[in-house]
Amino acid sequence: MTIHENYPGTEDRSRFTEDIRRFEFQTNLPLRHRIGIIWRLVLLVSVIAGIIALSVLLISIINDSFGYAAIEYKVHPSSLSLNGRPLNELSCSEIVLLLEDHLTANRLRQLESENPFSTRSLEDCHETAIFEISKPKAVVTWSLFYSLKYSRELKIYVAQKYPDADLVFQNWLNSDFIRSPQSSDPLRTGILTAIMGSIYVIGIVIVVAFPVGIAAAIYLEEYSSRSFLHKIIQTNINNLAGVPSIIYGMLGLALFVRALEPLTSGAIFGLSDSTTANGRTILSAGLTLALLVLPVIIINAQEAIRAVPNSLRQASYGMGATKWQTVWHHVLPNAIPGILTGTILSVSRAFGETAPLVVVGASTYITFNPESIFSKFTTIPIQIYQWTARPQDVYKNIAAAAIIVLLVLLLTLNATAIILRNRLSRRLI
Amino acid sequence: MANEAKLTSPTRAINESPLDLNLRKRHRIIEQVIQAFLFASGVISIFTTIGIVVYLGREALLFFASPEADLLEFLTGTKWQPHLGIFGILPLLNATLMTTTIAMLVALPLGLCVAIFLSEYASDRIRGLVKPILEIIAGIPTVVLGFFAIYTMTPFLRGLLGKDVVQIYNTASAGIVMGILILPLISSMVEDALSAVPRSLREGAFAVGATRFEVATQIVVPAALSGISAAIILGISRAIGEAMIVAIAAGAGPNLTWNPFQPAETMTGHIVRISSGDLSYASIDYNSLFAIALMLFFITLFLNLLSQRIITRFREVYE
Repeated sequence: MTIHENYPGTEDRSRFTEDIRRFEFQTNLPLRHRIGIIWRLVLLVSVIAGIIALSVLLISIINDSFGYAAIEYKVHPSSLSLNGRPLNELSCSEIVLLLEDHLTANRLRQLESENPFSTRSLEDCHETAIFEISKPKAVVTWSLFYSLKYSRELKIYVAQKYPDADLVFQNWLNSDFIRSPQSSDPLRTGILTAIMGSIYVIGIVIVVAFPVGIAAAIYLEEYSSRSFLHKIIQTNINNLAGVPSIIYGMLGLALFVRALEPLTSGAIFGLSDSTTANGRTILSAGLTLALLVLPVIIINAQEAIRAVPNSLRQASYGMGATKWQTVWHHVLPNAIPGILTGTILSVSRAFGETAPLVVVGASTYITFNPESIFSKFTTIPIQIYQWTARPQDVYKNIAAAAIIVLLVLLLTLNATAIILRNRLSRRLI
Repeated sequence: MANEAKLTSPTRAINESPLDLNLRKRHRIIEQVIQAFLFASGVISIFTTIGIVVYLGREALLFFASPEADLLEFLTGTKWQPHLGIFGILPLLNATLMTTTIAMLVALPLGLCVAIFLSEYASDRIRGLVKPILEIIAGIPTVVLGFFAIYTMTPFLRGLLGKDVVQIYNTASAGIVMGILILPLISSMVEDALSAVPRSLREGAFAVGATRFEVATQIVVPAALSGISAAIILGISRAIGEAMIVAIAAGAGPNLTWNPFQPAETMTGHIVRISSGDLSYASIDYNSLFAIALMLFFITLFLNLLSQRIITRFREVYE
């Protein structure tokens, strides 16, 4: 048996050996394996780089949410006293007397109208006294790791540089931060206004985009014949999914805020909020984000519907069900876990969107919670953006705390999606 | 049983049915109403596109119709100074291209490596560990990444290269963080493309003695090239349209520079900054934003269409 039989087409033996020599199977092998190992390391390193990026991101946010702050007072709280008794021994009614000494009558009336002193808790009275009279101000803040590592040096440094200031270990993400509305004072400000705004906006997104998205998906998968129109709609949806979110913001500004202003400001219902009287409302923001997530919801729902086996539909038709009965009783219940997962994931994308809402006209400063869908709005990402854009140290810490709130809420949403999917799919199949 | 049912006439069966069943086909208006609603929902997406083109186009036309602006100056001007009535988009476009390039320089090699690792090397356990991490990165709101860029990446770069070289606001740190944002998009799309390459090709290559790395780079990657290029184009499109990271970290104020450590405002960053202030609807500033947005829309639309076309036209079909 000659080699030519195993290697048809090359009768010329010398060419075959030359081929072998060219590939250098023998001598080359260790080198090729070494290259393989080196590249394997490179690949591994890039995966690790991705993981490191995420860890550094999370750590740096936690790092900024806690730490020492040098706080200066106009009047030190320990020097506040009434008839020789220090502040923390006073009752609420005595604190009112103290406030009367220090504040203008105007300011006092304002505080009273916000929340009457007779109904305030002792803790609240204390806090009010400190913030109104002492006026604490964070001069410098330090991050968590720095605070832990150099706590002794910091104490000396602050004692020298800011003799009037107290060095306090601040937890920026405290319960007051989550419970209080926005305020111009960075030490008192909170995220509640923004959380409420986000919930309202997302509520509108769900109410609008969820039914419309599923309906569009059902139409495309179950009803439309594979016609020209179907193709156009499908291509169009795929393209819309790739349009930058800020473009949707511009559309929302031109369409919902300006062209449909009577509707979005609530004027045609006679409900318009006296403080806004223009279209920059929660409703506009919600509709804009609904348009933004719609293509993604449709694509996800289509996939879920497509995954329902055809035999189910045919069995239903065989029993004499109409098209809609088939869809409603058989296709949708089986597709709903997939649809819900996709929807919640896209809603969580809307939850974190900032740029379109900035363009639509989020309010920079509102101190009260939204009352209706025609109110002005701010959302958590908007607050983070505004606090990040400020130069003072202390806003960095507040922004970091707000980011943790945002990430926790997003995590909850996504966890809900997973739990919902698992529970529903167990029950239905 | 079946024979018995056949014997009785259908109408009698209905009349005598103890359950009072009416099996005749009924005309259901509700079915048609529902179908109309479903159709309307499907068509909404078309109206969204029309809305974008019409509303953006109308405001942009108002901009170009105004005496201060003309199309040629808009496309070729090297200065963007709205208060002086000078509208040349090149500084904004240049900054956008710079952040996008930097982002792709970070995301492309990393994304390719991660995708090849996940599809060719990783065991199921490692894949189950790495993929959720990538999904978490993909789900982080961009404003959070903007915070990360300005408070972590910029100080890091300034510490590394010196505070005189790197400005507080710069396109480099915005671009790098944007690369982190795009990394999951590219890696997941490329991984899909790689896993779509049939096993037989890999096994054929293994059989003639190729190493794992040779199989990955010389067999699988070329076979998935269409999917990979589509992923790259989609990544570029995403980077061009990304707004918050650049709005926070890249700087305020248009600046025509090639230095990545200088501040420069991108198209998206400019829209965010101008519209977050108090803006009069009658001003040319307001209209100019729509001209930028329209340009942004057409660039990304072109890239998206290109990416889809590459996928459908150049896909290697095996079997």
